[in-house]
Amino acid sequence: MSDEEEEIILSELDDDELVQQMMDDLYDGLKEEIEEGVNILLERGWTPYRVLTEALVGGMTIVGADFRDGILFVPEVLLAANAMKGGMAILKPLLAETGARTIGKMVIGTVKGDIHDIGKNLVSMMMEGAGFEIVDLGINNPVEEYIEAIKREEADILGMSALLTTTMPYMKVVIDTMKEQGIRDDYIILVGGAPLNEEFGRAIGADAYCRDAAVAVETAKTFIARKHNQATA
Amino acid sequence: MTDALSRLLQSRDWLMADGATGTNLFNMGLTAGDAPEIWNVEHPDRIRTLYRSAVEAGSDIFLTNTFGGNASRLKLHGAQSRVSELNRIGAELGREVADAAGRPVVVAGSVGPTGDIMAPMGPLTHETAVEMFHEQAEGLKAGGADVLWLETISAPEEYRAAAEAFKLADMPWCGTMSFDTAGRTMMGLTSEGMARTVEKLDNPPIAFGANCGVGASDLLRTVLGFSALGIERPIIAKGNAGIPKYEDGHIHYDGTPELMAEYAVLARDCGATIIGGCCGTMPEHLEKMREALSTRPRGPRPTLDQITEKLGGFSSASDGTGDDATPARRPRRRSRG
Repeated sequence: MSDEEEEIILSELDDDELVQQMMDDLYDGLKEEIEEGVNILLERGWTPYRVLTEALVGGMTIVGADFRDGILFVPEVLLAANAMKGGMAILKPLLAETGARTIGKMVIGTVKGDIHDIGKNLVSMMMEGAGFEIVDLGINNPVEEYIEAIKREEADILGMSALLTTTMPYMKVVIDTMKEQGIRDDYIILVGGAPLNEEFGRAIGADAYCRDAAVAVETAKTFIARKHNQATA
Repeated sequence: MTDALSRLLQSRDWLMADGATGTNLFNMGLTAGDAPEIWNVEHPDRIRTLYRSAVEAGSDIFLTNTFGGNASRLKLHGAQSRVSELNRIGAELGREVADAAGRPVVVAGSVGPTGDIMAPMGPLTHETAVEMFHEQAEGLKAGGADVLWLETISAPEEYRAAAEAFKLADMPWCGTMSFDTAGRTMMGLTSEGMARTVEKLDNPPIAFGANCGVGASDLLRTVLGFSALGIERPIIAKGNAGIPKYEDGHIHYDGTPELMAEYAVLARDCGATIIGGCCGTMPEHLEKMREALSTRPRGPRPTLDQITEKLGGFSSASDGTGDDATPARRPRRRSRG
């Protein structure tokens, strides 16, 4: 088609078209274009929070869906998340200034005894790409580490990862300790890792098991929305 | 062709590799969270026992206990300065066991992934990856490994970096990837994509193939994908002994020795030349596999239905190859100049 050859001037697009274009650009992992789009919307008087949710998070939702459906794979998703981070870098200080809430904050780490981290790193990158704040505790975390971090960071979500069948039961130790301290229900707890399944997640008392990074993002968004609804009800 | 593996491949039309390293070491008392490679120094007897158990079960090739022996992985244990030592000793122990076997047994120096994501998506540059793999390769070579054995790779960039490093070390090698995401590697590579990557290398491996992933059925579908391409290079199949199941508070792999024997024979019929196991594959599995490979005749190339009938279903409907390949990416509405 001939119009595919045309160069697109982002600033000439109206708001709706620009948001559509930014979603396409996120899909293609075009960081500079996303940064430009974010700046244009801000100049047009959009609030930082609206730019974040309508343009960026909206676009990443499409990326997440295609990852879930096996159309996109990790490399494409990481490029998209990287473009998203470019936009976030502009929005973050503004969001802090206006006191607008960010989407949510997650403390994440691989459990004690487990030295695998690639799955956890992917979840971190995609959560960040979706606009969450991430505090990454790395590998081999004892229960004290998790609890200290969620309190210090005033996190919304605790994410735990395990790749070994021998280490996954430790997740229950963490959750049980939180129960003993009476803080279990203050946090959303998501668990993941190759040997886990939904049944295991339920058995240990997590809020959800997330099969992959895309599911983690969707699940986190659902739980955060529920939490906000409860807060305002 | 002077290396031990190429010599064996000339005299035999199938070879058996070994089974699990991690599963066996945990059974010997390895604590979760510790680096298995440290045992090469702290418990050499247990590592000899591990190697010997594979040889006694009939393996022609066994892998050294050095899978996580690169600087990036060892750094997680503060042992990044011990790369040379741990790899060298891991290979030396293997040399001892192989030389005492009374028949030709190949010591394959195991090299696993760095665990880092490669640039531009992640922080690991090609140069650093080559350097890390090279350091490990030199250690394994010094310890007397016959070949290097790259495994569980998911990114083509990392496979290429390792190939380059092994050339620097002037060592023959084999390399497998793990196809665990809807029949592809985590990075989206199909069996066909991997075969193309391999054939384009300056320093190609002696043999290539698949290891780990999701159960024996999926692995054989991947092997069928390789052999359909008609490449001369020998194919490696190292599948898990079934799928881990969580029962009564502990975990076990659901693949029986009989199932793995079936898997081994089918793997050969699918076109694999080097056949072994991965996670959950114990000496009793290997014994049955060896017996089946030695006594049962070759059969015709199995269909996908025959594989699921004997070994169970696939984890995904498609593996991204053939006519029913994955749906295409969304068309972009516009392009930018």
